[in-house]
Formats: sequence, structure tokens, C-alpha cells
Amino acid sequence: MPRPDRTFPPRSGATALARLQGASKRYGAVTALDGVDLEVHAGEVLAVLGGNGAGKTTALGLISGRFAPDAGSAELLCGDPLEARQRRGIGVMLQEATLPESLSVAELVRLHASYYPHPRSLTETLALAGLADVAQRRYAALSGGQQRRVQFALAICGRAPLVLVDEPSTGLDVEARRGLWDVVRDLRREGTGIVLTTHYLEEADALADRIVVLAAGRVLAQGAPHEIKSLAAGRRLRARTRLGLGELHAWADPAALELPDGRIELRSRDAEAVLRRWLALDASLCELEVAPLSLEEAFVSLTRSNPTPSTQELAA
Amino acid sequence: MNASVVSADALARPPQLRLYALESWYELLRVLRTPAFALPTLAFPLLFYVMFAVVLPGQWGSYQKATYLFATYCAFGVMGPALFGFGVGLAMEREQGLLELKRVSPMPIAAYFVAKIAMSLAFALAVIVVLTFAAAGFGGVRIAPGSWALLTLALLLGTLPFCAFGLWIGTLVKGQAAVALVNLVYLPMSFLSGLWIPLFALPAMLQKGAVVWPAWHLGQLALGIVGQLPDVNYGLHLLALALMSVLFLTLAALRLRRT
Repeated sequence: MPRPDRTFPPRSGATALARLQGASKRYGAVTALDGVDLEVHAGEVLAVLGGNGAGKTTALGLISGRFAPDAGSAELLCGDPLEARQRRGIGVMLQEATLPESLSVAELVRLHASYYPHPRSLTETLALAGLADVAQRRYAALSGGQQRRVQFALAICGRAPLVLVDEPSTGLDVEARRGLWDVVRDLRREGTGIVLTTHYLEEADALADRIVVLAAGRVLAQGAPHEIKSLAAGRRLRARTRLGLGELHAWADPAALELPDGRIELRSRDAEAVLRRWLALDASLCELEVAPLSLEEAFVSLTRSNPTPSTQELAA
Repeated sequence: MNASVVSADALARPPQLRLYALESWYELLRVLRTPAFALPTLAFPLLFYVMFAVVLPGQWGSYQKATYLFATYCAFGVMGPALFGFGVGLAMEREQGLLELKRVSPMPIAAYFVAKIAMSLAFALAVIVVLTFAAAGFGGVRIAPGSWALLTLALLLGTLPFCAFGLWIGTLVKGQAAVALVNLVYLPMSFLSGLWIPLFALPAMLQKGAVVWPAWHLGQLALGIVGQLPDVNYGLHLLALALMSVLFLTLAALRLRRT
């Protein structure tokens, strides 16, 4: 729906819907986020990728004003996320939330929409979230996947310029996940900025314009999905070999290591080339095992020498 | 503050009256549809009143039993929704993550509290009406309309300290533990404040100690208004209730800030 445009001319570099700059957050002795820079723009899907405890939820928490950073800054729509006014510009789906079980889907959406100045109509929200058939059903009577969709409906009912979704796929079956992805793409077409967190490179690849990889509270890598995918394409090679570690170090990058059972482990982004060379050098090589790296292994091992490669370096 | 990425209009305030009304209405609907909350809060005061004031025979000196207990069970009855609504409500919503969702939503935080207070008041009024019918119908109690209106007003105002008390409890524990804690506070406090059986039937030490309970102060106000206690110092009891409200609110705020 077109609305009177009262947009101020954007200052250069001030067009981000939300921005973290050098943001850190500690819980007691645990550093959940450590000097993270992050930006999301209108009409862009940003995926924050990482394992458990990587700091994904904390990053969203800073943007959505759940708490303030201990160091650095968090900015939402050019203001402080802790102010209720700024939060009228975001819709949030948390990783876990139980909504009032005795209220119906329509009632829950209607209430949440009343917090926003220009909400979608109830019909539109329910249609987008795929809930039209269960509008009158109580929350307690819904399946787990349907409950997740209601939580998603609350995030989009306000037509907010920025939508934050923490692990949208948790608890959804394949079909529901595809449905949710379609809605995320629709929102993006409307010009909504979207930040989603995920454990899965596949999901980030399917949806995102940009991916930020977090591990242990730091940004390990960021870039376009194809750049991140090539980084994550690493394999783990294990074999019993007569070659010494010293010899292997010369051409294996990153360094090889010896396993407790006496085999040698190598990690490589170009497993085929390494394997060809290894087999050529050692005819007695045996007990060979080739396995894909988990996402975290891939990024931790492949970026150790260069902790935060920039987009340009990745693209090179 | 200058919003350069979205129009100022996009962050405008939505209609506040509608927002507060919806929040309150759905809070009321939510508890009305929760039998574990709605039934005991309405039924227990009625049941106790009928048992002790109507069924149980006997006369206590110059007191009119049915009228005396009408006042005290009204006080007992209005405390329940406030203590359970805030205490159990907040404790459950903290555990379920609903409070987090509300906090990152643009809902003004005041709407959360207004809704719970509105729900407590609606239930308190329902308790008073139900007890009034029981007292007039079975107990032969007659109260002048003006006194009844004053009693209702005092009792509704009197729920506020218990809203604050419940709020504090809700910050101390999470989930179902709050049900036990509220009951542990609510039932003994009501007894020790003379709301179940008159205080003069209790040992002298307990009678003296009653001054520390907010429920006692509310009971004294109610008894004074229905003419069952002479020389009630209304100002003092109101002041005590106000101070206790401030105390509980402060304790709750300190807890909430820490979590």
C-alpha cells in the first residue's frame, strides 16, 4: 500500500535499518558477542549463520532492544533499540515463546497488530502465514508447526520495515519451511529488511543476499552465499600414511595433525587435488576416509590463518 | 530523533485507547477461559462465606455474623485475582518467553500492567457481586446502597497492593512454582488477618501481629464501612496499604532490573 513518503534524504552510510558496531555482550564470565559489526538494509535478507552458542540470538537481542551492548553500539532505525518507539519498526519471531494458549489465532494476531501504526489486515496476515484455515482455533489446539507459524504471523502482522526471525525452521516440516521461505521472499520484494538466524547453510543459501558467519561471538566470515559456500566446501581427509607430518605440512594447508590412532588428518577446500597428490606420493596409503566438514569445523579450520576475511578477499 | 531510513509516519503511535482496551480484554478472556483460575477465584470466597456465615449456626456477641463475614470474605475474595493474576501470570509468562516477546514488541510496557490490573478489578467486582447476592439472599444482610458503593470502591482500590504483592512474587519464581508460593502467602495471610474467622477468636499474639499484613488493613476498612467495627482509623489503614504497595513495587522493580 503506498503511503505518503516523508523519508529524509539518506546520509551516506546511514541507510542501514539496523547496525551493530563493535558490539560486545557478556553474561557473567561468558562472552556471548565479541566486537561484532553487522548491518542490514531495506529489501535485503541477511542470514546470521552459526552453531549453538555462536552468538546469533544475542545479536538479534541487541538489535531488538532485549538488552544493551556492554561495549560498542546497537542502532535501530537511526535510534536506540531500547526505546519503544524504535521497536514499532520491527517484527520479531523468537526462537522459543509460548503464546497464551486459551486465545485463538485471530485474537493473538489482532492484539499484536494493535501495537503497530500501519498493520496488515487480519486476513492478509493469516493468508501470508498460511493460517486462514485455523483462524478460530485456540493456540493450545494447534500443532507445533502451526504454533510456529502463529509466532511468525506476529512478526509480520505489523508491516514493520525490519523483521527479525530467530531460527525460523525449528519445528517446521519441509513443506512448511518452503512456505515460510516463500513469504520471506515476498517480504523482501515489498522492501522489508530481514535478519534470520540459522544453523543451516542450505537455508541461508536459499534465502539470503548476504551471510554473516558467527562462531564464539565473533564474525568469522561474511559475504554473498556463493562465497560462503565455497569457503564451507571443505573436506576432512584421514589416512594411514608413511609420509611424516613435516612433509605434509609443506603442501597441506592448513596444517596436518596426527590422530591418537596414528592416522593423519588433513582438512582442505580442494580435497580432490590434495588426495591426488597424497596418493601419488605414498603408494602404501591406507584406511582412507573422506568426510565433509561441519560448518563450524570448516570455518574454524579454513579461516584460522585469516580470521576475518573481507568480502573482497573472499571473492578474489 | 531523526529517522532517515524510514518515514516518521512508520514509527507513529498507534491508537492507544484501542491498544490498551484490546490488551485488557484479551487478558480477561484468557483467564476466563482458564478454569483453574476463574473457578477457584469466584467459587472459594462464596463457598467459605456460605459455610461459615450461613450454614454454621451461632452468634458472636454484638456482631452480626453474616454482615461481618460478608465484609471479610469480600476482602479475601478481591485479593485472589490480584495475587494470582499478577503472581502466577507473570511467573508463567516469564517462563514461557511471552514476556520476552512482549518486551521486544512495540507494546508499551504499561499496557501489560494495565491489562492485568483491569482483569483483577473485573474479577474483584464479580466476587463482590456474587457475595452480595449470597449475603442478601441467604444471610439476610441489609446494607445501605451508599455503604455498599463505598465498600465496593474501597475493595477495588484495595486490590492494588495485592497486585503489587503478586508482581513481586511473580519476579521471584518461574512457572507453576508461583501457584504454590501465592497459595502459601494468600491463605495463611487471610487467616492471620481475621478474614476467615474473626480475629478475636485467635490467640492474642496473632491478633497483635495482624498489623503487618496488608490483608488485615483491607479487612479493617471493609468492616468499618459495613458498620461492624467502631472507630476505624481509615486514614491510617489507607496509608499502610499505600506504603505496602510502594514497598512491593520497589522490591519487584529491583528484581526485574536484575533479571
